[in-house]
Amino acid sequence: MAEIALNQKRRRINAVSIPAEVAINIVMILFCALCIVPFILVIIISFSAEDSIRAIGYSFLPQAWSVAAYEYAFKLGDALWRSYFNSFYITVLGTILSLIVYILYSYALSRKDFKYRNLFTFINFFVMLFGGGLVPTYCVTKQLLGLSDSYWAIIIPMLLNPFNVIVLRTFFQSSVPDELIEAASIDGSGEYNTLFKIVVPVAKPGIATIGLLTAIAYWNEWFIPKLYISASDKLHVPLQYLLMKMQADAEYIAKNSAAMGAEAGMAMMNLPTQSLRMVLVVLVVFPIACAYPFFQRYIISGLTIGSVKG
Amino acid sequence: MAKKNGKIAANKKKTLMLLSMVLPGTLWLFLFRYVPIFGIVMAFQNYKIVKPQKVTILGHTFKLNNYVSNLLSSDFVGFKNFEFLFKAPTTKVMIRNTLGYNVLFILLGLVISVAFAIMLNELTSKLTAKTYQTLMFFPYFLSWVVASYFVTGFLDPTRGIIPNMMRNHGWQVIDFYNTSKPWPFILTLSNVWKQTGYSTILYLAAITGIDTSQYEAASIDGASKWQQIKYVTIPHLKTMIIILFIMNVGKIFNSDFGLFYNVPNNSGLIKDVTETIDTYVYNAIGGTGGNFSMTAAAGLMQNLIGFICIMIANTIVRKVDEDSALF
Repeated sequence: MAEIALNQKRRRINAVSIPAEVAINIVMILFCALCIVPFILVIIISFSAEDSIRAIGYSFLPQAWSVAAYEYAFKLGDALWRSYFNSFYITVLGTILSLIVYILYSYALSRKDFKYRNLFTFINFFVMLFGGGLVPTYCVTKQLLGLSDSYWAIIIPMLLNPFNVIVLRTFFQSSVPDELIEAASIDGSGEYNTLFKIVVPVAKPGIATIGLLTAIAYWNEWFIPKLYISASDKLHVPLQYLLMKMQADAEYIAKNSAAMGAEAGMAMMNLPTQSLRMVLVVLVVFPIACAYPFFQRYIISGLTIGSVKG
Repeated sequence: MAKKNGKIAANKKKTLMLLSMVLPGTLWLFLFRYVPIFGIVMAFQNYKIVKPQKVTILGHTFKLNNYVSNLLSSDFVGFKNFEFLFKAPTTKVMIRNTLGYNVLFILLGLVISVAFAIMLNELTSKLTAKTYQTLMFFPYFLSWVVASYFVTGFLDPTRGIIPNMMRNHGWQVIDFYNTSKPWPFILTLSNVWKQTGYSTILYLAAITGIDTSQYEAASIDGASKWQQIKYVTIPHLKTMIIILFIMNVGKIFNSDFGLFYNVPNNSGLIKDVTETIDTYVYNAIGGTGGNFSMTAAAGLMQNLIGFICIMIANTIVRKVDEDSALF
């Protein structure tokens, strides 16, 4: 009896019963397993020997382990490393450019004394409600503006997301007091000086959130490259798009590396195709898997600001 | 007087400066979002790709841009594209799929995420709750291309874990990528897998914002856990639920392209359960001999209906609870 009383005391007042808590834990463990087990399987496949895959298929317990696929991936270099570089390049450059556009636009919208504030808020908001659709957008980007087969063809079409403008504007409004801007103005600080020297440092968490969301969007993008990078362009293929091409043609990477040298051609002969594809998946996911537990805090705070209505 | 003039000049300068700040964004929005709206004329044309034309204005000859000359030399056909679209048997299927999956995803997303958020909030150990939250947030950061490889790991006809397990048990092996039946379930599961972490965190943030004294008061009044959830938690989540609901209803004619295109590997034989308006539009421009006008028409329909839906939803919400309305 005493023990139970003590136990209850140790638990929070108004806590759920112990069986309920056990049940909750079971549900959560099952769902969390569902979330990460597929990635674990892919990692295991990437380390499985090709013979084992041939014999028993993909398995959590392969007959033999092997790093052959990784060795091939590093040897087959060119197409793979080019894509890795492309993804990093597009992510870094795209995020920087996007952030500049976001900060400028959102800051102006956050200023209550901006004469045309309502107009530009509407211009940004309207496109969230209505647009031309995929086909006209594709024609305008590719045929009218001539964006294709270059880094710009991937970076520019996804430079701005109207929703992020609203999130950042709301963040500026709630975290930067009007008095601060007024005081700076009285002291003779120019608008750009005020923005970058005073407002940006104060609003860092909000900017970090938008920056991270944008970086993830660039890193994960495969649709824009699929639209604007043609099959003949081998130079600007980012990782996600390379993966997509390999889903359709398992030997894509080998074919494109074979063209580069006889040595790679030799390698193609007994290529561990199956595990090699999974090596690529691991290489794409790995940076995210390592980084997201640290930056999810920013994303969460961003999401909660973002849910404040526009 | 001089002071007043100075103030007007300063104000003018300020406005100019702020205008220069919105310039890059406005330019982008104009080129990539507003110009395509004019491109909607394609939906009323028999869009043809022609050789770039030349025009002579005041003695100067200009070469017209590809897109402009295509638009200028294509014939107007009125609503013919829409008629074709409505007559095509695939249209019914893709509209049914788009709407059906969306309704399913909205309802499941709501129930599962609210339930998970409440569960996480009830856990005694905050560290455990945080760990669960982090783990279930993982799929949100991955692309559908990556997810499609995950699915392949389980479903691949020769090496996948599930077909192999069936083989080992001597059951009849299902060729997943050529069988329609399991796909509504696979797609729904994939969607839950990817989106639950995100919406759970949204709801959890709203729950953590609730004043704990409300629960204590309810508990002292003898309210059971269920009653507390029903009378304290859910009413507090109302605004969040409504906002997400409006946003989702506005997108009811749109589908998550990556999910319906990549996860089933764009397989042809299961199109009856995987084709949505978005995959249809994409396949028409990406595939060979696509009909740009028809797909533009489909896209226009999609956008118009979406626009109307979001307007209606917002008006209803405004009537019910003005503070929750989106605009």
